[in-house]
This record gives sequence, structure tokens and C-alpha cells, in this order.
Amino acid sequence: MAENRKPQTMAQKILAAHCGRDYLNTGELVNAELDLVLGNDITMPLAIAEFEKIGVDGVFDKNKVVIVPDHFTPNKDIKSAQQCKYIREFSKAQEIKNYFEIGEMGIEHALLPEKGLVLPGDLVIGADSHTCTYGALGAASTGVGSTDVAVAMATGNAWFMVPESIKFIYEGNLNPWITGKDLILYTIGLIGVDGALYMSMEFTGPIIKTLSMDSRFTMCNMAIEAGGKFGIMEPDAKTEEFIKDKAARPYKLINPDPGAAYYKTYNINCSEIKPQVATPHLPSNAANAADLKDIKIDQAVIGSCTNGRIEDLEISARILKGKKVAPHIRAIIIPATQKIYLDAMEKGYIKTFIESGCVVSTPTCGPCLGGHMGILAEGERSVSTTNRNFVGRMGHPKSEVYLSGPAVAAASAIAGRIATPEEVI
Amino acid sequence: MIIKDRAIKYGNNVDTDVIIPARYLNTTDEAELASHCFEDLDENFSQKVKERKIIIAGDNFGCGSSREHAPVAIKASGVLLVIAKTFARIFFRNAINIGLPVIPCPEAAESINDGDEIEVDLDRGIIKNITLGMEFAINPVPPFIQEIISSGGYINYTKKKLKV
Repeated sequence: MAENRKPQTMAQKILAAHCGRDYLNTGELVNAELDLVLGNDITMPLAIAEFEKIGVDGVFDKNKVVIVPDHFTPNKDIKSAQQCKYIREFSKAQEIKNYFEIGEMGIEHALLPEKGLVLPGDLVIGADSHTCTYGALGAASTGVGSTDVAVAMATGNAWFMVPESIKFIYEGNLNPWITGKDLILYTIGLIGVDGALYMSMEFTGPIIKTLSMDSRFTMCNMAIEAGGKFGIMEPDAKTEEFIKDKAARPYKLINPDPGAAYYKTYNINCSEIKPQVATPHLPSNAANAADLKDIKIDQAVIGSCTNGRIEDLEISARILKGKKVAPHIRAIIIPATQKIYLDAMEKGYIKTFIESGCVVSTPTCGPCLGGHMGILAEGERSVSTTNRNFVGRMGHPKSEVYLSGPAVAAASAIAGRIATPEEVI
Repeated sequence: MIIKDRAIKYGNNVDTDVIIPARYLNTTDEAELASHCFEDLDENFSQKVKERKIIIAGDNFGCGSSREHAPVAIKASGVLLVIAKTFARIFFRNAINIGLPVIPCPEAAESINDGDEIEVDLDRGIIKNITLGMEFAINPVPPFIQEIISSGGYINYTKKKLKV
């Protein structure tokens, strides 16, 4: 189809490539073919019930549906066990290739890239809001609800509105201890929790090129906390290095066209960014950790789809090595996948954590959404490397969550209050 | 379709964790979800909703988790319609997909007060605040979205398209 081809953003190009078009206008509604459809133990039970109402014989492609029981697993109670049993039996009956049982399971958004299931140029939906994580690979991926996943499992398609894009250019230099989490908390603080509502956030600039893949996943993961549809980055040599031993099918490196139109462009000077903390009860309440030294904590959580990767554990171990967690503080460390857990063990991080008085858990979303493995009581406070600090998110409606990167979380566990790494090292 | 009822008003950034806390996500039972709807935001919601079935909210209603349990809990608790200044993307999609009408209208959401009597004509695209004597026009809904709603949700729409 010959179309009047104007320069396009990454979001436009990836969506166009999945609906047989050369060019898409922003605001257009399109039906697109999906490369992967994802669900978990919370969202998949609803999706399966809806899928069964449609009445098709089976899923559109057994290799393109991924089911990960990661939220309330290992089963936290009888009801959760029933839900997991339901999705396990569906996976068996449908011969879902990518169902990951406890033992090979990990938190979905760490696991899928690790397994090479999402590749650059892909279009992915998942019944989990943090599905936007895979934008770090140069893919367009976004969270939807269970009904969208049910229809996608039947048809392999989903409808999209072609989003406008906001460009974020990260420049300057990175201060010590700054990782992707600090950059994204700072960014959400700048634009607000609906600053990118319905839009694609394109993260670019010289600083992004220097970031590890782990930090890039962290940034794209939290695009949803600014209301974003996609959080997306241009694939580069680091992306290719990351996927080279994992990719089992062809993929496309898609870059934004020079001259593409953006709704807005932000130039962010990273030299000004110090370790960040988002105070209760919005991820946009960004503050400098150094200004919150009076905030006492009861718990520190290091993990989740945002910050449970090896870089996060390495930073935490570097700070905790030879130190002790403060008295009466619960420090909970949750490697995001079995592989990350094993790598952390081989590198000695797990030993460091246990010797310093932390507990180390099997992979689970657990405390991030107030599921299990670290629920807060009334009046308690946690610093956490997770992604949301809404009312009641980690437990009692009168508890509080302070979001940070791993360096601040580890330092705070030692200090018993919000602390910067420099204070404890 | 005309919906007429009284308003319960909430603020900005009402997230899906307060609409239905994750501690109740170990079930998909609609009545059980409804019994905990909004309990961390407004402990009196379950009483209020017996007499007022239109929710009015500010910006970014339904932000956060993609849990479809959120619009399901709202619908199952008897709410007929949500009007907000803006909606979070996933919630908006989920609500349409399960057949809960959601209307973005900043002017209406701003001016309607808690307890006002509201009448909404979805076909003609009009929100009336009967208590204050005000009227607002709503954006037209694209044909295929109307077809999803008139089919009774995305599942029935898909069944029809697939002819199964």
C-alpha cells in the first residue's frame, strides 16, 4: 500500500508494521497482529473465563501465549492455589509452550526478556500494566485487561489507538549511584502521574546509551506510572548483545525517523539528578533521598519487575557487604528470576545478604502489591524498589511506601531510616 | 440509552489499588469483589451506592494496575456510569470491554457536586446536571466502539465477528 510517508516515531512504525501499513497517523484506530500475549495468576483466570465464552477451539498460537504464575506464588492461600490450578490446567489443555511453573518461574517482566520471548520490533500485549517494560528492547508493548487478552488469545489481534509520542532526551553526566530508577522517578516527578496519558514515552539521548539493559528495563517498566502506553528505546549494540544468544526467531531493529513529530520534547540534565525517592502516595512525588533523612522505616524491599535484576542485587550487595541491617528492620530481597537468583548466589551476593541480616525470597511479585512476603501493618513504613506507593499498596491502608532505587533501599536498611549510600559506606 | 441517578464524587488519580485492593484479587467472584469496592478510599461507599449510582471523578481515574477486577467490582456494586475529567488508558479500555459506560468530560466532572442528580443520554451525547440545571455535550463514540458496547462487550462482539 503506497501511502504518503511522513517521518514517524517508533510507536507509529512498529504499529504500522503490524497492520500492513507503511504509515499511520496518530489518533488512528487500527487492528494489529500481535507477536506475544501475556497473562499471570491474577489476570489470567478472568481472561480464561472470557476466552471460553468466545467458543473457539484453541488459542491462536500455542507458542505466542505466555502464562506466568508470579503474583501470589508460591501459592499464598487456598484461593490463590485454586487460581493457579485453573491456569495450570488451561495451559496443559491448550499445550501452552511458555507456561512457567514454580521452579523455572520468574517475575514475568524480568523472565520474558531473559528467555528471549520478546524481541526488538515486536508488538506485545499483556494483562499486567508493567508489560511496557519490553520497550527497553525496542518493542512496542503495553498493559491491557483480561478481556483484551481473552480476545487476543482467540484471534492474535488487538485494537490500538496510534499514540502521540513524547521524547525525553537524557544528557549531562550520571552522578554516583544513579541508575535507571532515579532517572524514571525524576521524570515522573517532572511530568506527573498522567503526564504521558495515552502516549508513548521515547527515552533517548547520550545517557540512555550508557545505561545497562537492566536500568533500561527499569525505566520502561515505569512508563505506566506516568500514564504512558509505551515506554520505548531505540535498540543499539547493547540491545543486540543482550538478545544475541536468546533470539530464536527473526526480529527487526526499528528506529524513529529523523524529523518525526513529537507532542513534546524534554531535555533532562542528568548532572542535576541525585538519588531519588517517591514519597507516599503517588509515584510522581519525587524528592531527593538526602532531604528525607528523618523518615524512619520498618522494612526495606529490594525486588520486583522494576528492580529485581542482577544489577540491582549487585548494587545492594556492594552497600550491604560487611554491614548489618538496623535492629527491628525487615530487609527483604527478592531476585526476579531463578537465573538471577543463581547468578547472585554464584557471585556471592546471597551470602552477603544473609550475613547482613536480610531475608532472600524465591521470585514473586509478593509484597509489591500487598500480596504476601512482607505485608505492612497499620502505621508501618517501607522503602521499596517497587513501582507503586498508592494507599494500601503494600498492606494496611494506613501504611506507607517510599519508592527508591536499590542503592537507597540498601542504605536505608542499614540506617533504619531513609539514607543515601554515602552515609553508610 | 438514558441513565439517571445521583452522583458520588471522588478526586484525582483514583487508582485501581483503592478501587479493589490486591488482597482481594485471589478471587474472580463479582459479588465478593463488589463487597470490597473502594473500601480503602471511602469506607461508606457500599452504603452510598445503594442510593447513588453515578461516579464522578477528577483526572486519571483508574490509574495503576491493569486489573479488570476494578471495573468489574464497580459495575457489580451497582454503579451505572463513571464520568471523569480523564481516565487512565487501561481502565478506560477494560471498562468498555466489560460494558461499563465511561465518559470523559472535564467540564461535567468539574461542576457536578456530590449528591447532584444527573441524567445522561448516551445516544444523543448529553450530560444533564438536573440539580444545577446545567448541560454538557459529550464527544461522539466511534462506530466500532459503539458496536462493542451494543454487542454487550468485547467478547460478544468478537463472537459475532468470528461467527462462532
